[in-house]
Amino acid sequence: MEQLLNYIGENMEMIYFLILAILLGVEVISNVPAILHTPLMSGANAIHGVVVVGAIIVMLHASPDNYASLIVGFLAVVMGTLNVVGGFVVTDRMLEMFKKKPKKS
Amino acid sequence: MSLNILEITYLIASLTFVIGLKMLSHPESARKGNLIAAAGMLIAVVATITIYQPFDSSKSLNYGLIALGLIVGTVIGTMMAKQVKMTAMPQMVSFFNGMGGACAALIAVIEYQNHNIGLASGFDGELLVMLLGLIIGSVSFSGSMIAYGKLEGKIKDRVLPMNQLINMLMLAIILGLTVYKMLGYGDSMVFYGLLVIALIYGILFVMPIGGADMPVVISLLNSFTGVAAAFGGFLYGNKAMLTGGILVGSAGTILTILMCNAMNRSLTNVLLGAFGGNKAGGAKGEAGDQTVREISISDTAVLLSYSQNVVIVPGYGLAVAQAQHICHELEKLLEEKGVNVNYAIHPVAGRMPGHMNVLLAEADVPYERLQEMEEINPKMSNTDVVVVIGANDVVNPAAKNDPTSPIYGMPILEVDQAKNVIILKRGMSAGYAGIENELFFYPKTRMLFGDAKDSLQKLTTEVKEV
Repeated sequence: MEQLLNYIGENMEMIYFLILAILLGVEVISNVPAILHTPLMSGANAIHGVVVVGAIIVMLHASPDNYASLIVGFLAVVMGTLNVVGGFVVTDRMLEMFKKKPKKS
Repeated sequence: MSLNILEITYLIASLTFVIGLKMLSHPESARKGNLIAAAGMLIAVVATITIYQPFDSSKSLNYGLIALGLIVGTVIGTMMAKQVKMTAMPQMVSFFNGMGGACAALIAVIEYQNHNIGLASGFDGELLVMLLGLIIGSVSFSGSMIAYGKLEGKIKDRVLPMNQLINMLMLAIILGLTVYKMLGYGDSMVFYGLLVIALIYGILFVMPIGGADMPVVISLLNSFTGVAAAFGGFLYGNKAMLTGGILVGSAGTILTILMCNAMNRSLTNVLLGAFGGNKAGGAKGEAGDQTVREISISDTAVLLSYSQNVVIVPGYGLAVAQAQHICHELEKLLEEKGVNVNYAIHPVAGRMPGHMNVLLAEADVPYERLQEMEEINPKMSNTDVVVVIGANDVVNPAAKNDPTSPIYGMPILEVDQAKNVIILKRGMSAGYAGIENELFFYPKTRMLFGDAKDSLQKLTTEVKEV
């Protein structure tokens, strides 16, 4: 119990952060027109690709002779990058098609 | 000094995520928003590589592998994203989402090996964060892959006997093992056991959910991956990961609920209802012996040309046939003849909300022609002809009339209110939800069988000659 409280205390800043980010996410997304659900989902998908930063940190921590870690880390970097790059490119392609609309109306 | 710079770049990245997401929710600014978030991501990645720790020449292998990984991921990701057809967009999103989930799970695996499990008793916060990242990341990965396979048509809907019970049981085991591990018992086997069970749970979780509900599942798994990424951020005290992950986690959850609302169903209903697996749909038998009436291309052309108001209802069939351009062609021809043409967009037409808007926008259909369900339904009784192109469930009157139907309660486009209904369809197969559509047997309904693109092409030629 002691340790649990300590852990929470040590990470208070992050916990604040977490709660505010949750509220922010809810706030940002409400009142979205249905037509944008797909691009929005896709864009959000790309944003959580930020996990690749964690994969890079793992790789930086790993000792150069720990091949198991390096291989798994390498896979993580590839997959994370796929998520980021693929996600943003797909979203851009979807939105490219929306672009002309406001001009015509 | 340099570490402060790193923190500042993470702050900038977090800001771009928030601003990007906000801009993504407005049609005019959406594309710019996407690019802003992408730029922020690039800043965060570059800063992490260069500033996170001073360059250490003994780790040149690590740097080489990071660079190689980034290059491989970028090349493959760009190629996949560029080549995918607009119709396959939903499964592409699901695939990329799975990659993110796998990345989060793998991070947890490596960090666990480095983790010092000295404290036999007491609370180990880092371990908890790792376990949660591992479990949620794995579920998201295997679930997304199944969703991808299902939408690609590679995996069929399959329901295990007592699937829900097994799922509940597995969830209980996952929770139990997590608690067991947190109390300081068990060795690495428990950790890897959790990995395996979480992967299996992801598969069983998505397996029984029907194709029509897949967008909701993808959206939900999307928010899962966000949460998994956020746990990674918690582990490293990395604020860019934390904001990005949590933002997507909460925004994704809201988006999932919005999608459920659009179908007038609750999330629990979607997840536990096993929609597509419900093969014993009520309306199936009674329609069996009724006959449908066909209509010829030339009759359709005449009917359309002399109408006042025409409404086109696009569905997944239009997307599959890639018929959006020829559809726009027909619409323009009719407009020239003084016919008022509009498109009725059901919120869940296609495989994803907004799928039809994307497709028709690709074909340059003017924005104001696309009318949402609430807008167009009151105008249906004033409509001479409704042309349904490859849509089925979203116009099925059973949703209004038949309480035993699995889609009962879903709001539909009330095309049965119009004077004539023409349905372009390949054959008499049921819609994606696997249920019969009594609309096809209504006296005012005519069927025009054939590939949507092909039929529309012939129709355009005919209309020109009328």
